[in-house]
Amino acid sequence: MTTDAEIEATVKKVLFDVAPDLEGEEIDPNEELREQFEIDSMDFLNFVIGLHEATGVEIPESDYSHLQTLSGAVANLKPRMNQ
Amino acid sequence: MSEFKMPSLGADMDAGTLVEWLKQPGEAVKRGDIIAVVETQKGAIEIEVFEDGVLSDIKVQPGTEVPVGSVLATISTDGSGASEPPAEAAPAPKQVEAPLKPQESSPETPEAPPSAPKSAPAQSTSHPDISPAARRAAEEKGVDISALKPGPSGIIGLAEVEAAAAPSAPRIAEMPAPKPTPAGGSRPGINLGAMRKAIAAAMSRSHREIPHYWVSQTIDLTPLYIWLERENRQRSVADRLLYVVPLLKAAALAVKETPALNGHYRDDEFQPSDKVHMGVATALRGGGLVAPAIHDVERADLDTIRVGLLDLVQRTRAGRLRSSEMTDATVTLSNLGEDTSDALTSLIYPPQVAIIGCGAPLDRPHVVNGRIEIRRLMNVTVAGDHRVSDGRRASQFLGRFARRLETPEEL
Amino acid sequence: MSETRRITYREAIREALREAMQRDERVFLMGEDVGAYGGAYACSKGLLEEFGEERIRDAPLSESGFTGAGIGAALNGMRPIVEIMTINFALLALDQLVNNAATLRHMSGGQFTVPLVVRMSTGAGRQLAAQHSHSLEGWFAHVPGLKVVAPATTADARGMLWTALEDPNPVIIMEHAMLYNERGEVPAEGDVAVDIDRAAVRRPGTDATIIAFSSNVAKALAAAETLAGEGIEAEVIDLRTLRPIDDETIMTSVAKTHRAVVVDEAWKTAGFSAEIVARINEQAFYQLDAPVARVCGVEVPVPYPHHLEQAAIPQPEQIVAAVKGALRR
Repeated sequence: MTTDAEIEATVKKVLFDVAPDLEGEEIDPNEELREQFEIDSMDFLNFVIGLHEATGVEIPESDYSHLQTLSGAVANLKPRMNQ
Repeated sequence: MSEFKMPSLGADMDAGTLVEWLKQPGEAVKRGDIIAVVETQKGAIEIEVFEDGVLSDIKVQPGTEVPVGSVLATISTDGSGASEPPAEAAPAPKQVEAPLKPQESSPETPEAPPSAPKSAPAQSTSHPDISPAARRAAEEKGVDISALKPGPSGIIGLAEVEAAAAPSAPRIAEMPAPKPTPAGGSRPGINLGAMRKAIAAAMSRSHREIPHYWVSQTIDLTPLYIWLERENRQRSVADRLLYVVPLLKAAALAVKETPALNGHYRDDEFQPSDKVHMGVATALRGGGLVAPAIHDVERADLDTIRVGLLDLVQRTRAGRLRSSEMTDATVTLSNLGEDTSDALTSLIYPPQVAIIGCGAPLDRPHVVNGRIEIRRLMNVTVAGDHRVSDGRRASQFLGRFARRLETPEEL
Repeated sequence: MSETRRITYREAIREALREAMQRDERVFLMGEDVGAYGGAYACSKGLLEEFGEERIRDAPLSESGFTGAGIGAALNGMRPIVEIMTINFALLALDQLVNNAATLRHMSGGQFTVPLVVRMSTGAGRQLAAQHSHSLEGWFAHVPGLKVVAPATTADARGMLWTALEDPNPVIIMEHAMLYNERGEVPAEGDVAVDIDRAAVRRPGTDATIIAFSSNVAKALAAAETLAGEGIEAEVIDLRTLRPIDDETIMTSVAKTHRAVVVDEAWKTAGFSAEIVARINEQAFYQLDAPVARVCGVEVPVPYPHHLEQAAIPQPEQIVAAVKGALRR
């Protein structure tokens, strides 16, 4: 059973792969990533692709809105990672 | 035997620093092979060789800045292949004598004030060592030492000063690379300070030299988005299309049908291009902006464009672009992106003759078949070079662009 | 255009000795084995037969003794040439040379001069090991009142002796033992005397200056050839005289090339090469694009086995490397 902390670590790692200059930054888990940092749609797509590759979870486009915040991403991925 | 020269990688580039040779004398090279890495104000650019042959002699050592047009290496093209002993591996200072086309384009590049060694304080430990001869030469030639980068040994010597003091080109004081800042800082290969200067130079020139006109149109992207949603449902995450991909294709097709918007304006004449190499304005975190080109967009399928765009943006942000990507764009598309502002009135990147500025796709009320519906609308503002085209052409382009986007399945 | 003859360094010295003996009857040669044996390095072979015992004098095994006798003879109006077999043995005559030959003119307020010429062989390369392989030219070049010259070419070996004899003050001629067999050009006729106060540019160049003397001039030229093959043009200066030092030639060269490498078979620490570096620092600092480099003997007593002896003294490859280092290549 993958814990919240582990999923959060994975999400963060994917984020830093996409935007290496964010490493070490404080991330507000409830604020939209696009608002906190300069992440455009290209970065976001890379982020989603990275999450897919790291977790193996299929992420439909309709889910994108849930992935806008760190906590939202963790919540969205968790049930599907534990199937 | 042909000479491989330092290319001009931008309208305002006068000199570049050879950073690394990726081929060695004696190695065979093919057209399109990346032969070296050059550092410019816009970052590290991989430069390609344009003919088949064997790299013969390297004339410029890594770490040396030379003016555009300087011979970097010789390539033997007659198939003999043997690497000859270098006739004269002249150090970079001798390249300064190579004849250059006068660059009139950057009066805003300041003449660096001469350093005053007598009043200069003892060097701080963070500043590279500089030899006495170099210091003296810099004073004599009016080169600003604090802006010089050391050679590969970490020392600023005569070679570095003489390379910087190229007599027939205006001097560019290279800014030292800023240290990486926690958010939005520069990374290897990207020097944001220098890039800002390059953008300033290019945009000032654009504003000064190109008589712009602008034409706008609101385009209904609803059919595109409907199609995209259906497409992407069938695609795995890694293969999904962002809306900008069909946008690029549609724009390229429309540009192909409007040749007055596609090409370069040089030496008082317009040189149209029969290919559409689309410059994609790409923002860097921290404030940089580059518009490298995707080649032959009008003939590429959507997946090719998708992959090309992803790769291009990745390398742009990592600071590893190729010389052809920097110089080959025949027209540029600047896309603000989703969740941004309504419209974008852009300036053309010289020597191009048009730029397509796309605002954010926004849900707005729109009249469709006599009724008001909520549709996803995007403002497109085309800037054109009035020496080459007029409002009517731009308007024709916009009509073609809009029509293409109504039938995305045909893109 | 005068012709030249090709002779060995040894033959040039012998000719110089003969000429001096013939031109000036006050000249005589004194040293160990210079007479009957013909000279430890055969430089005076045949001279005893030609000029007799009074003028070619075999000396006992006492460097201090016969050097002192030479000083005495010079004080009394003769023009002696004292041959000290090697610089290693000259240590036994140091007091005579430093405290008498070098000082008598000064201490007598100019009433006496010591027009003495001393010849000694120097250096390593013949597997004569630690006690017989010294390069102590710097010790003598250190002393005011002495002049020290080091002919590196046959022409200089031929021409320096007469000029030294004409000098009213003591002159020491340093002959590197490995040069005696080397062949070189001397003028076929006419005056062969050369100056003993100037250096010579043996090879012009633009990228770096190699400063050498004695046996290292040939090594410097060999290094310059190698460097030329890589597109680096080195200027080679033959110092020719170690006291006085020709600053002008050195600084003119460094101002042109901006880089200098000094070659000296002696040890680096407190060696003669340090003097050249110091002078360049004083007079041409702002011309330098890199620190002045030195290629010197390794800080060990000179070894006996051939390969170790060669490893302990400067070689052309090291000079090449030093020049490239100065060019940061």
